[in-house]
Amino acid sequence: MKVLVAMSGGVDSSVAAALLRDEGHQVVGATMRLWGGESDSGCCSVADVEDARRVAAQLGIDHHVLNLADEFHTHVVEPYVADHVAGRTPNPCIECNRHLKFDVFLERAEVLGYDAVATGHHARRVQLADGTWRIARAVDSAKDQSYVLHPLTPEALGRVLFPVGAMTKAEVRDRAAALGLRTAEKAESQDVCFITSTEGRRKFLAARTELHPGRVVDVDGTELGTVAAVETVTLGQRRGVGASGGAARRFVVDVDVPGRTVTVGPPERLMVDHADLDRMVWAGPSQGGTVPDGPVLAQCSAHGDPRPARVEDLGGGAARVWFEEPSRRVAPGQSVVLYATDPANGEYVVGGGLAT
Amino acid sequence: MSALIDLDHAATTPVRPEVVAAMEPFAELDYGNPSGSHRLARAAVRALDEARERCAAVLGCAPGEVVFTSGGTESDNQAVAGGMPPRSGTPVCSAAEHHAVLDVVQALDGSVVAVDAAGRIRLDLLATELDRLAATDRPPAVVSVMLANNEVGTISDLVEVRHVVDRHAPGTPLHTDAVQAAAWLDVADAAAHADLVSVSGHKLGSPKGIGALVVHHGAQVRPLLLGGGQERGRRSGTVNVAGAVGLATALELTAGSLRENGGRVAALRDRLADGLLDRVDGLVETVVVDRDRSHVLPGTCHVCIPGVDSETLLLLMEGAGVCASAGSSCSSGAAEGSHVVAACGVPPELAAGAVRLTLGRTSTDADVDAVLEALPAAVERLRSRA
Repeated sequence: MKVLVAMSGGVDSSVAAALLRDEGHQVVGATMRLWGGESDSGCCSVADVEDARRVAAQLGIDHHVLNLADEFHTHVVEPYVADHVAGRTPNPCIECNRHLKFDVFLERAEVLGYDAVATGHHARRVQLADGTWRIARAVDSAKDQSYVLHPLTPEALGRVLFPVGAMTKAEVRDRAAALGLRTAEKAESQDVCFITSTEGRRKFLAARTELHPGRVVDVDGTELGTVAAVETVTLGQRRGVGASGGAARRFVVDVDVPGRTVTVGPPERLMVDHADLDRMVWAGPSQGGTVPDGPVLAQCSAHGDPRPARVEDLGGGAARVWFEEPSRRVAPGQSVVLYATDPANGEYVVGGGLAT
Repeated sequence: MSALIDLDHAATTPVRPEVVAAMEPFAELDYGNPSGSHRLARAAVRALDEARERCAAVLGCAPGEVVFTSGGTESDNQAVAGGMPPRSGTPVCSAAEHHAVLDVVQALDGSVVAVDAAGRIRLDLLATELDRLAATDRPPAVVSVMLANNEVGTISDLVEVRHVVDRHAPGTPLHTDAVQAAAWLDVADAAAHADLVSVSGHKLGSPKGIGALVVHHGAQVRPLLLGGGQERGRRSGTVNVAGAVGLATALELTAGSLRENGGRVAALRDRLADGLLDRVDGLVETVVVDRDRSHVLPGTCHVCIPGVDSETLLLLMEGAGVCASAGSSCSSGAAEGSHVVAACGVPPELAAGAVRLTLGRTSTDADVDAVLEALPAAVERLRSRA
């Protein structure tokens, strides 16, 4: 096969390219330049492009740089800012996968004559008995990225490979070291790739939208203090809202951006029995084709523990997830990803959407 | 992989065999540092003196007016900033300048003057801006207008620019970036009215890393690099003797074949541009109206193709063996939107399909044939997917 490997300059995609090459595929590497601004942790700095280029040279494969900065700005950065303004908690990695890596990049690869694209994500692609492709959890559960890959359509998934999903991170690093790749010991990227650790989220947002101070009140109406920017507060948050000093534990139980008010309360005020989702993407033969009526596991944040649940399709891209046990409310804008389990494939994605 | 077809001669050119031969003695034999006084040094000094005289003869200046630099970017920086520290006053340039000029002007809080649809500085706006600046406490410090544009190929008339500068800001030095032009035009004539002229060796068949800044007519330029005081104190650092010899040789060979090479390449370019216009629906030849290319460098064919993303198009063409460019690249190698094409008033959706095809002295009929096959096929493929 002719495979275009998305090489971020990290160890995982470096090894992904090496594995495919060793399997005898015609492999070409490509680094997406996503962000024109300053960044110290992203997959798009000049240093990372250089790492990807040098690894490609070591592997003896061609390497290209694709400039997707405009698309990234439109589909990831702008919505990220808009979500904060609307009081939501976005996950930009998911939007990048949805719109960039497995839409624009996949489309470019196809036009250029590639049979498939590959990335260094830790996830597995499994084929169910009915012939459909699904995303399943990686062998290394601590590194599993199936959550951020959930919006891949079944059509896209048929043309995507995750070569390192069957390996542990330690195995990936060992392989890179054995090949003498310069990325073998490279630190992992953290957090949001387009925001530098020195700049921080608030400064990044402040440069792009107006942030507003807000009051912090207890559920009984007691004024507790203020926050510098109500747009940066997330439901369920405990730190940074001046609510940690009291005797009782207090969590953010409501964020009212237009009213410039953050309400805190005891943890039980966050407990709910369901979550409503929109922008659902159902895995399976076609979108909306397969709504599981059995039990599922609902993962409600990138590193959250899956919760036993059932799902109800409300139509029009909406769904309701019923938790088996009272659960912490999901912050609006966060993705809830649903997994089914079978002995052959382990946990695999059956659908996902955004909490409303 | 099939043979590589180089349609990116504006980016760089192959080194001429005569240049390699001329430089060769300075690697192991006459390797001396020209700043010394012993025999080894004297051989290097002699070579450097001769190279300087030969460059001066081609560039139309006195030998003492040639400052050897590391290339076009350094020459542009020194000319525009005026040295270190920079000149007082306001540097002025056109909106279509190379980043080596434009970014310096912007860093020094200078003025950028709009260009017309062909990419030439608007003389009326230049006059207005010079008048405006003259009345401030930061009057014009330098005016920089490129002799020929590196992306779209438009040649400027420096006589007109000189008249405007003399009338509205008398005494202000005029700089021209002749980096692209030097491969095609008689710089001594075309840039005769400029006080400062930048050239670069690798655009005309010498290696990268050598260039020159011509400092004419008593123009005042301080050094950017301080140190040993080489180049009459205008550029410190041990002079690249082999590079200077290479530059001199390349300039002479280029000057000696200007008419013949220009005519031959212009004919190739015309066949290329006409062929693309005939074969690709909606293709627009940038800065050219009714196929009149008399104002464009012989080697340049810049086109915009509606409904096509140039980055993908270039990758498809590379697959067919053709190397071309979208105009400019950032340090990572990714294509970037061109400020030149935008300055010429090309709408963004058309500019997204910009492709610069540049021919050179080694280009052949077969190269043109290959592009006339590869480019329309790539456009067809992209449009059928849209």
